[in-house]
Amino acid sequence: MTMTASRPALSIRDLVVHFEQEEGIVRALEGVSLDAHPGRTLGIVGESGCGKSVTARAAMRLEEKPGRILSGQILLDQGEDVPPLDLAALEPRSRAIQDIRGRRIGLVFQEPMTSLSVHYSVGNQVGEVLRRHRGLSKAAAHDGAIALLREVGIPRPERRADEYPFQLSGGLRQRVMVAMALAGEPDILIADEPTTALDVTTQAQILDLLRRLQRERQLALILITHDMGVIAEMATDVAVMYLGRVVEHGPVDRIFHAPRHPYTRMLLRSIPSVLAEPRSRLATISGSVPHPYRRPSGCPFHPRCPDAIPGRCDTAMPAEMALPDGGGVSCFAAERDAETAAERDARTAAGRAA
Amino acid sequence: MNAPVLDVRDLTKHFPIRRGLLQRVVGQVRAVDGVSLQVARGETLSLVGESGCGKTTVSRCILRAMPPTSGEIHFQLGADGPVVDVAAMRRGDLRGARRHMQMIFQDPYSSLNPRMTVGDIIAEPLLVNGIGTPASRRDRVLELLDLVKLPRLALSRFPHAFSGGQRQRVGIARALALNPHLVVADEPVSALDVSVQAQVVNLLLELQDRLGLAYLFIAHDLSVVKHMSDRVAVMYVGRIVEQAPTRRLYATPKHPYTEALLSAVPQPDPRRRAERMILRGEVADPADPPPGCAFHPRCPYAVERCRQEVPALLDSGDGHLVRCHRAAELTLKGVA
Repeated sequence: MTMTASRPALSIRDLVVHFEQEEGIVRALEGVSLDAHPGRTLGIVGESGCGKSVTARAAMRLEEKPGRILSGQILLDQGEDVPPLDLAALEPRSRAIQDIRGRRIGLVFQEPMTSLSVHYSVGNQVGEVLRRHRGLSKAAAHDGAIALLREVGIPRPERRADEYPFQLSGGLRQRVMVAMALAGEPDILIADEPTTALDVTTQAQILDLLRRLQRERQLALILITHDMGVIAEMATDVAVMYLGRVVEHGPVDRIFHAPRHPYTRMLLRSIPSVLAEPRSRLATISGSVPHPYRRPSGCPFHPRCPDAIPGRCDTAMPAEMALPDGGGVSCFAAERDAETAAERDARTAAGRAA
Repeated sequence: MNAPVLDVRDLTKHFPIRRGLLQRVVGQVRAVDGVSLQVARGETLSLVGESGCGKTTVSRCILRAMPPTSGEIHFQLGADGPVVDVAAMRRGDLRGARRHMQMIFQDPYSSLNPRMTVGDIIAEPLLVNGIGTPASRRDRVLELLDLVKLPRLALSRFPHAFSGGQRQRVGIARALALNPHLVVADEPVSALDVSVQAQVVNLLLELQDRLGLAYLFIAHDLSVVKHMSDRVAVMYVGRIVEQAPTRRLYATPKHPYTEALLSAVPQPDPRRRAERMILRGEVADPADPPPGCAFHPRCPYAVERCRQEVPALLDSGDGHLVRCHRAAELTLKGVA
């Protein structure tokens, strides 16, 4: 997505995921494309129902029933001279995908309590991943687990390794999750709202940890969050999603300082800030995210969009327009603005020539 | 400050820890430990802090959803009404006081009865208090729908037909049905999407200006708190550690915990990526708080005195209260 010399570690191409339910079809993803590069952090941001978590789960073939991949590719890099492996073509329960989960792609969820087993000590759970993916003996896995727990900043890991998840605080549990996700030495880490359930000082600790691990291990980190602050702090590249589509993507600085999609612009303006004047009003976006069964025609944002072009945005879906920074934007109004700017530039150039 | 609508003095709430067959009391969780605060007509006092700091317990005690262990809760019944001590009231006498203090909850999904129409939900407080006739109650509900900017059509619909933001408006309309003058709002926007959160924050500010409401706002999000508040009180392990007018608290915090909280807020600007102040360890256990200042094990500025002596909450001038031995000598970093 953004111009980088490296091959993407994971490349999602035109992914379509639908949930077929009695009440109707939820078009959770309508052609999503994303690239995650080694050593970079791709931040995926959006409000509820935008499809950011569905994307994360589908990328690991953990899409929940009745969700189904209808089309598209999930390309996992296999090295320079080998064609990438398309995970979308694998059976969700196959041995192949199970080996990739953990070994190539690690996953950290929002709520560690639901992802950790209550029956095993945390040392055992981290050790199990080491045995499975790295073939360590029981004793070596025990030592390896303690080393990993130390690496993710758990104090007195020798003692903590024998404790169970319920004995740990939310922050420590999330550290255990990170240790487990990294035990198979994956090169891709997907973190889905990893700090949403945590207090702000604990969140700062976990973000700091993720940043350090990413740097040390040159991970391709995919960070999914609703929090623009977390994105600004962590991401190299950003994808903004709305109702199952990436509406805009690009380098983090450009997304925050020169957003091209009206939704990105309005989302940024509506964020409360610690720098604001007390009692100052916030900019708002009218209406709310539509119910997934009542997806608007045309561009899904048009009913809430101040720049919507009547007869255009409500009838057709805009295609992605590539931007010079390697990003892109899907918006008719942004296309029109770009054309106007190009014409103006052409006129000035012509004027100068004459 | 105007005469306070709510004047809480030295509020304490301890929960006994029971163990064994005989359920003997073996200790106390000091959830709230000597909290004093005032809220005046037309102003917002925000109570902030991390989970377990006691902010929600304070609000529950004020509403008498639970009886306080000790302390006084002076509350004025109506604009010209008498002042009563809610903490000392018997259960049976509480209804009269509760009319004047209402609550807005965090979760607009679980706080509305799914089997009642929006009209009935909003009218319920009127009905329970025996106010008006069916026709006058209906008029009042329509007036409230206008006030919170919901379409009048909402009257006969059920909550499931509405989005999170709209449901939160229903909750606000219900809270305002009895014309309260104190509204306790516990994380009223934290379950909402950003774009909807902004609408509800603006609505709450607008309603306060129009109706002169006093808000006690309980929240963990310091960005939302900045927009909402006239004054802010920061709690840590059951105690207020700092309290000041909003702008001053954010720009020139005087307690190291406030400094750390402000530093930890991720700012929505990649050009402001700063070195964050990362606190060591975790929030102390209120069942077994550390000796001296409860914050000292995590405090980068702690000295010997902090490990031994509990600091008092002192006024450092202009209504800026701080509970820190070193408040006068430290220069801390705020956000501005």
